[in-house]
Amino acid sequence: MNAALRLFSLFLLVAAWYAGSEIAGQRLLPGPQTVGRTLLAEAQSGALAFHLGATLARVAVAFVIAMAAGTALGIWMGRSRLADRLADPWLVALLNLPALVIIVLAYVWAGLTETAAIAAVALNKLPNATVTVREGARSLDRQLDEMAQVFLMSRWTRLRHVLIPQLAPYLAAAARSGLSLVWKIVLIVELLGRSNGVGFEIGIAFQLFDVTRILAYAIAFVLVMLAIETFLVQPIERHVSRWRPRAA
Amino acid sequence: MSPAGDPGQLDVSITQKSYSAASGGSIEVLRDLAFTLKAGTVGALVGPSGCGKTTLLRIITGLDSDYVGTVRLPDHGKLGMVFQEPRLLPWRNVEQNLRLGAPEATDAELDVLFKVLGLAAHRHHFPGELSVGQARRVALARAFAVKPDLLVLDEPFVSLDAALAKHLQEELASLVTSRHVTTLLVTHNIDEAIGLADSLFLLSASPAHVIAEVPITQPRTRHNAEELATIRDEIARRLAKVAK
Repeated sequence: MNAALRLFSLFLLVAAWYAGSEIAGQRLLPGPQTVGRTLLAEAQSGALAFHLGATLARVAVAFVIAMAAGTALGIWMGRSRLADRLADPWLVALLNLPALVIIVLAYVWAGLTETAAIAAVALNKLPNATVTVREGARSLDRQLDEMAQVFLMSRWTRLRHVLIPQLAPYLAAAARSGLSLVWKIVLIVELLGRSNGVGFEIGIAFQLFDVTRILAYAIAFVLVMLAIETFLVQPIERHVSRWRPRAA
Repeated sequence: MSPAGDPGQLDVSITQKSYSAASGGSIEVLRDLAFTLKAGTVGALVGPSGCGKTTLLRIITGLDSDYVGTVRLPDHGKLGMVFQEPRLLPWRNVEQNLRLGAPEATDAELDVLFKVLGLAAHRHHFPGELSVGQARRVALARAFAVKPDLLVLDEPFVSLDAALAKHLQEELASLVTSRHVTTLLVTHNIDEAIGLADSLFLLSASPAHVIAEVPITQPRTRHNAEELATIRDEIARRLAKVAK
């Protein structure tokens, strides 16, 4: 029933797209079949896999760096009032700095390099992760902390079995919003200063006013992210929350 | 009290412990509180509620180091503790909870504990799937699994129904008897204290100190009702005097 509803909703989307392209004309909004053919051609030539791969690699590296650094910073700020006071203004500044400014500055200061690109993306995502994890670290259970202390648990045991599981819902929220944010910013970074990746391809297509290509690459990437969500993020979440008593 | 002392015993001597109050100034909780718990025996701290028993336990277990005085734990100082609430990790199953608390415990040792405490069927359950009594048993098992030099119990059976509390108390009594663990118990329940302890330390109202040490000579598995009643009345009378 659920799957049928989802399929029906998806079918409606494609139908609306088809109708839209009939009204607006193929040049402004090419229909599903045109985009599909282009997608197929790009896949066969290997260009699609090459650009998707480049973008995914950047997404993965930037995401891991931002989550690791953001989590560490969030835990530190959530647990120490001094750290919170010291780092909060920086965090607010970073949160409110437009993504474009960070990207342009990174390219100006570090050149049009891979490092600059990834650093810019990670820096854009980091404050979100920090703010979310800080919220979680503020609500940690002191009783479990004391238990760990009395039983002389090692630092690693405390981190892995006491701290991280408590933060799991916050980490999941940060990862979810992080993944979609990171890939959007990666495209801008590629558009501005890389010579491969989905963002670069979309930049070329824009100059040629090739809407078909723009849509083909966008759809390919959304499909990949959907697959990651379904086959990676959701199973991990189910595993991590297996101990929670099921809601009636 | 011998100053040299047996290295297996617990020596507590707290000159002063106070909290700074929110309104400024400070509240004195403990003053000149001293007692010695002999190796392999069970001591119970009994006193009026709010007299600072929990504070005292936090000092002994090292959770609070802001006090004047000395605490000498039994040699090696390995602690096993049962808190008022079980304080299990809800995201780890029963066996993992034990292993995380006591990484050195062998499979055979855990098997015995699971069997003695009737937990064998619940090894792979998560704490959220256990009853209140079972969760307390897991907390007990975890404390014993570390093979502690000092076992500390903070109102371990509070808020359990009477029958269950009695049952758990008997299980605990046979465990401490068979393993000769030096044990410190905090309770407001005099029956529970008499049922488990070799000696009772009666505490005064705040700022608390030890007003008397009452030895219980009968072995804890063979108390007779009359003698228990006599001791209970005696203790209740003395406590009522301090509580005012």
